[in-house]
Amino acid sequence: MSLLSAKGMTGGYGGMDILTDVEIAVDANEIVVIIGPNGAGKSTAMKAIFGLLTLREGSVTFDGNDITGSAPNRLVPLGMGYVPQERNVFPNLTVRENLEMGAYTRRDDISGSMARVFDLFPPLKDKHKQPAGELSGGQRQMVAFGRALMTEPKLLLLDEPTAGLSPLFMDEIFDRIIAVNKTGVGILMVEQNARQALGVADRGYVLATGRNRFIDTGANLLANHEVAESFLGGGNSEGGGDGD
Amino acid sequence: MAIEFFNDYLLSALILGSIYALGAIGISMIYAILRFAHFAHGDALSIGAYVALPLVALGVHPVLTIPIAMAVTAVLAIGIDRAFYKPFRKSQPIIMVIASFGVALMIRAAIQLFGGVDDHYYWGIQPPMEALEPFAIAAKHFYIFGSVIALIGATHYLLAYTRTGKAMRAMSDDADLARITGIGTEKIVIWTWIVGAALAAAAGVLLGMDTRIRPDMGWNLLLPMFAAAILGGLGRPYGAIAGGLVIGAMEELSTLVIPGDYKSAVAFAVMVLVLIIRPQGIFKGRVL
Repeated sequence: MSLLSAKGMTGGYGGMDILTDVEIAVDANEIVVIIGPNGAGKSTAMKAIFGLLTLREGSVTFDGNDITGSAPNRLVPLGMGYVPQERNVFPNLTVRENLEMGAYTRRDDISGSMARVFDLFPPLKDKHKQPAGELSGGQRQMVAFGRALMTEPKLLLLDEPTAGLSPLFMDEIFDRIIAVNKTGVGILMVEQNARQALGVADRGYVLATGRNRFIDTGANLLANHEVAESFLGGGNSEGGGDGD
Repeated sequence: MAIEFFNDYLLSALILGSIYALGAIGISMIYAILRFAHFAHGDALSIGAYVALPLVALGVHPVLTIPIAMAVTAVLAIGIDRAFYKPFRKSQPIIMVIASFGVALMIRAAIQLFGGVDDHYYWGIQPPMEALEPFAIAAKHFYIFGSVIALIGATHYLLAYTRTGKAMRAMSDDADLARITGIGTEKIVIWTWIVGAALAAAAGVLLGMDTRIRPDMGWNLLLPMFAAAILGGLGRPYGAIAGGLVIGAMEELSTLVIPGDYKSAVAFAVMVLVLIIRPQGIFKGRVL
């Protein structure tokens, strides 16, 4: 029984279907990566799971609950966290306030979770009084992760966590993702750095033109000749613009 | 010379600035959280002033009417939101702006209907206190400044230390992210109306304590309050407070160099200049 199971997801924005019959599943404690060319519907699939996009067809279950079409303020207390790619911190709130907002749906003592986030991301501890908007890109990403971790989620959805970061920070962020996963949090992420992402992933989904193309373990996808040729090549030119 | 400056300019600048500040907080937060310019905000001041009027007539001290005026105006604001703004929540902002313009006209008409068109006063002319000669400070000034300090202190406490207040700031920073974070945004919208309308109502009572109560008292302050909110940075409540004090001071001090009749043009000029030179305002708020 998967922690997250999305089946037959079909839908898009303004009457245009971006996703067609997409399935995605994540088991507890797994790292699952969604890769694919630009416009393949990777981020859209993630948004559909998190209820930010109304599905025309399909269903999503999470931890035994049917969550199809549920709004975030229901999903977050169930144990799902979402880190968007851009605008993922409250810039005028301090780092600490950002983390407190992450725990908004909780009414119990959050100091343990806060301490754990500071352990995972030591730079945040020193800057906890600073407005998040003043931090570097990598540190903002840490705040965004930390914010989503404050509910002690079972599953974290990460939309291109390394987008726009320097290679040095990318490694750092991947290390942190693995560390978060080791604390018992399932990870579902969309990633442009497909090779690196599949390297840390238990399983991967290759999407193209809004449909599932390949589903396999990270290692098998990396070894798959066709995947390597079409989706791990130098750029995103193959199939690019398909689903846009 | 310095004493004259205090009596003739500084005192009134501080009072006017404080009233603008209290009104501008709501305008700024409503703009950031509900994403529209609330044209009926001035009339929320008028509601507050008129709610206090019968209480003062019954012998209640004007300062003590402030909490009642705040509560009544907040409840009315929530009702007005349900009836006139909520149905348009997903429409374009301009539709909400025009709806609020209509609400402003309705409020003013209702006030004229029930309160008449004549000026009202909470109390007669207050002579300066002899003990404080040569400063022309009257008792009302203590009531006004004491109230302003208490209100701004309470607002600061709410925004900086309470869960709801922080969520209001979070939502005015980024409403989409607030939703993703699991913050119940409709609840924060209601709190925004409560805080915005309550502070406006208090400002209305304070304005009535300082001068007089008339149906268009709030509407006439709409422009300087907007100028204050924009100057401070939309969505930045502390910016709105600073902006209110600056606009109030500039309007009063402008009478040193230009005729007093042009005073209200100062706020307009400041607003235009800010929008051209630094549209995000002093505290880096949203761009209109």
